[in-house]
Amino acid sequence: MSQNAVDIRNLVKTFGGGRNLFGITASQVQAVRGISLHLAQGETLGIVGESGSGKSTLARMLVGLERPTSGDMVIDGKPWSVLAETGPRAFGRAIQYVFQDPVASLNPRKTIGEILDVPLRLLCGYDSTKRAARKKALVDAVQMPADTLERYPHEFSGGQAQRIAIARALAAEARILVLDEPVSALDVSVQAQVLLLLQQLRDDLGLSYLFISHDLAVVESISDRVAVMYLGDVVEIGPAAQLFASPQHDYTRALIASAPRLATSDSLI
Amino acid sequence: MTDMSLTPPPSRKRRSNWQLLMANRLAAAGLFIFGLIVLIAVLAPLLPLPDPNITDQPNRLLPPLSERHLLGTDHLGRDIVSRLIWGTQISLIVGVSATALAALFGSLIGLVAGYARGATDSILMRFVDMLMAFPYILLAIAIVAALGPGLLNALYAISIVNIPFFARNIRGVTVSIRNREFVDAARLSGKSHAAILFTEVLPNVLPVIVITMSTTVGWMILETAGLSFLGLGAQPPTADLGSMLGQARAQLFTAPHASIIPGVMIFVLVMSINLLGDGIRDVLDPRLRSGALDRPMPVTRIDRRTTPPAKLTDAPALVVDGLSTGFDTGDSITPAVRDISFRLGKGECLGLIGESGSGKSVTALSLMGLVASPPGVITDGAVYIGGEDVLSLREQQLIGLRGARVAYVFQDPLTTLHPLFPVAEQIAEAVLAHNRVGKRAAMARAIALMNTVGIRDAESRAKAYPHELSGGQRQRIGIAMALANDPDIIIADEPTTALDVTVQARILELLQDLRRERGLALLLITHDFGVVAQVCDRVAVMKNGEIVEQGDTGTVLRAPQHDYTKRLIACVPELGEGHGFLDRVRPLFEEART
Repeated sequence: MSQNAVDIRNLVKTFGGGRNLFGITASQVQAVRGISLHLAQGETLGIVGESGSGKSTLARMLVGLERPTSGDMVIDGKPWSVLAETGPRAFGRAIQYVFQDPVASLNPRKTIGEILDVPLRLLCGYDSTKRAARKKALVDAVQMPADTLERYPHEFSGGQAQRIAIARALAAEARILVLDEPVSALDVSVQAQVLLLLQQLRDDLGLSYLFISHDLAVVESISDRVAVMYLGDVVEIGPAAQLFASPQHDYTRALIASAPRLATSDSLI
Repeated sequence: MTDMSLTPPPSRKRRSNWQLLMANRLAAAGLFIFGLIVLIAVLAPLLPLPDPNITDQPNRLLPPLSERHLLGTDHLGRDIVSRLIWGTQISLIVGVSATALAALFGSLIGLVAGYARGATDSILMRFVDMLMAFPYILLAIAIVAALGPGLLNALYAISIVNIPFFARNIRGVTVSIRNREFVDAARLSGKSHAAILFTEVLPNVLPVIVITMSTTVGWMILETAGLSFLGLGAQPPTADLGSMLGQARAQLFTAPHASIIPGVMIFVLVMSINLLGDGIRDVLDPRLRSGALDRPMPVTRIDRRTTPPAKLTDAPALVVDGLSTGFDTGDSITPAVRDISFRLGKGECLGLIGESGSGKSVTALSLMGLVASPPGVITDGAVYIGGEDVLSLREQQLIGLRGARVAYVFQDPLTTLHPLFPVAEQIAEAVLAHNRVGKRAAMARAIALMNTVGIRDAESRAKAYPHELSGGQRQRIGIAMALANDPDIIIADEPTTALDVTVQARILELLQDLRRERGLALLLITHDFGVVAQVCDRVAVMKNGEIVEQGDTGTVLRAPQHDYTKRLIACVPELGEGHGFLDRVRPLFEEART
C-alpha cells in the first residue's frame, strides 16, 4: 500500500459528447487530459493555472462531486471506485473540500451551529454532548469567538466565513483537504491571516493539502511542491522554490512574467 | 483591519416584515378587508342568521332593506345575508384548500424536477407541459365532467390545473439554488439527496412558495366561483358565491340585487386577497426589499452642506475636493466616504487602493453622480473637471459629460455588456449617444476602436456577441466603449480583477499605451498593490471611507507613512519569497491579538 495521501493516475474528464435524440454526438470538452499526480502525507501540493485549465474539475473529481471519464485515483489508501460505491459519506470521511466563495458555501438559512452539526452527526456519528464539545473546539481552532455558533452566515465578513468553512471541513476529521482558491475572494490582510491559520492547522493536525490558486505568490508561500496546469494537463511539477526560480516550461515562464510585483526589490521590508 | 474584531454590525434599523407590510397602504387595506371577511365567515355558525337553505316562496325576491331580510331574498325566498356569509365560508375553504393542494403537489414536482435534473426532470416537466397545453378552464371543466359535478370534485379540478403554475415556478428557483456551493458542501458533509432537498433547498425555496400561494388564492376562489356558476361546483341547496350568482342570473333584470350582491362579494374578496398577496410578495422578495428594483434617479441626490466655488482656475484634468457621500437610511445619513480630496493631471495615473468596503467604488461613482439614489446622497465637496464643478451643473449637463469627458470601465464586462446585441453595435451606441453621425459612420468608428484596443480581426469580430468572446476580449470591448467619445478621464474600477494574470498583464499594458498616446487621465481603482506598482504614478490609500495616505507610488511602496499602509503592503506575498512570507507576517497578527 502506498504511503501517499492521494495518488492520481492518467485521470481524464470529458464533458459533453453524449448522443442526442437523433444520434448526433454533442461537442466534447476535455477538461482534464490524463493527469498523474501524488500528494504525500502531510504535504501541501499547490496547483496553479488559469481559468479553464481544469483545476476545479480535478478537485471536484477528487471529492466525488464529479465522476472521472477514465483513470484511477487512490484517496487515503482507498480506490476512488470503492469510495464511490460506498456513497458520499465514505468520501466525506476521507477527503474534504473548501470552496472559493465562503459565503456561497454556507446555507444562508442555517446557523453556524447547525451547519457544523451535520458532518459531526453524519460522518463522525457523535452523540449530542460530544458534538457540542467538538463544535466549541472547532470554532476555537479556527480562532473565532464562541458565540459564532448561534449566528447566521450573513453576519460574518468574507474572512470570517472562510474560517467557518474551514471549520466545517475539519469537522469531518478527514486527513486530506482540497482547498479550491480558498483566499482568492479575500482582502490581502485577511488572506495572510487565513494562510497562517491553514499552515498552523496543517502542522498541528498533520493534514495534507491540495491547494488550488491562480495566485503564484500565495501558492508559493504555503506549498511544498507546485504543479502547473495548462489546458487540462500538468505541464510542470516540482518543489516550489525550484519551480519558480528556474521554470522549465514556456507557460510557467509566461505565468511568472505576468504576475504583478511590488516594483523593485528594495521595496521589500 | 483584522477580521478578528467581531464588532456588531452598525445598528441599522431594518424594519420588520410586519412594519413593511403595514407601510404598504394598499396591502394593509387588503389585509383588513380580508381579515374582516374571514372573521365573519368563521363566526357564521355563531351569528344570529336564519337557515340559509329554508325556502319561503311568498317572500321571494324581496328587495334589500326589507324587514327581517337586510339584503332581501333570492328567487326561492332564502335570506341573502345568511347565504352570502355561508357561501363566503365555502368559497374560502375551497379556494384555500385548492391552493394548498396545488402548492403541495406543484412544489413537490418542481423541487424534485429541479434538483434531480436529467431524465426525471424531463418526464415531470413534460407531464406539466401536457397539463398546460389545454386551456385552463376547459381542462377544469373536463376534469369535473369526468369526476361528476360537486364541490369536492371542483376543488380537485382547480388544484390539478394550478399544479403547473407552482411546478414551473419552484423548479426554476430550485435549479438556481441547486447549483449553489452550499448544496455541494452539504453533500460532502454526508447528507443524502433527500435530506439536502428538504433541509437545505426547501428552506430557501419556501419564500417563493409562499409568494406564489398568496398571489394565487384569489385566482382560485374566482375559478371555484366560475365552476359553481356553471353548475359544476356547489350543488343546490348549498350556497357558494358562484352558485348564488349563477342561480340569480335568470332574474338579473327583475331582481338585480340577487346577483349583484354575490358579485360584489367576489370582487371585494378577490381584490383584497390580491392586494394582500402583492404586499406579501413585496415584503418577502429580497430584491424588492433592498430597493434594488426602485427606479434610481438619473443623478445622485446632491445635498451639500457648503457650496464650493463653481470654477477653479488652472486646475488639472480632475480635482476632487472634500467629497463626502452617504446613504440615506430613513432616519439619518450613514457616511460611506468622507472628505475625499485628490488631483489628477492629464496623462497621469492615480491608483485608488483599499480593501473591500473602504469606499473606493462609491468614490468613483460619486464623481459623475452615479451612486444610486435613493439611498445615495452627496453631502459635501466638489468635483472639478477641467476646472468646472460638475456637481453644480444642471442634471442634463452632468449627464452629457458622462461618457463624453469622463468614461468608466467596470470590473466584469460580462455583466456590463448587453448579452443580446453584437459588441460593435454596443460600441456604436456609445458613439451615437454623443455624436450626430449616421449609423454606418458609427459602426466604422466602432470597428476602428476595436482595432485600437487590440482586437485582432475586428471586422469579423464586430458581429460577435459578448458570450462568444473571452474575458480579456470583453474587457477590451469595455475599454473601446469608454474610448468612444475621446474622453479626458477614464475611471477604471477593478478592470482586471476578474481576469487571469497573463490577460491582466496585457490589459494593463493596453491602458498604459492609451494613456501615453492620448494623454488620458486614468483613475485606477484596485485592491492589488502589484497592479498599482506596475501602472500608477501616484497612489491614494483608502480605509473606512477616508484617504489615509497619498503620494508617489514608489515613495508610498518603499516608505509607507501610515500604519495601515505599512500593514497592507506587508501582507502582499512576493513571488520568490516562498515560506518566508508566512514567517514574516506572523508577528504582525500575533502583536494585534495580544
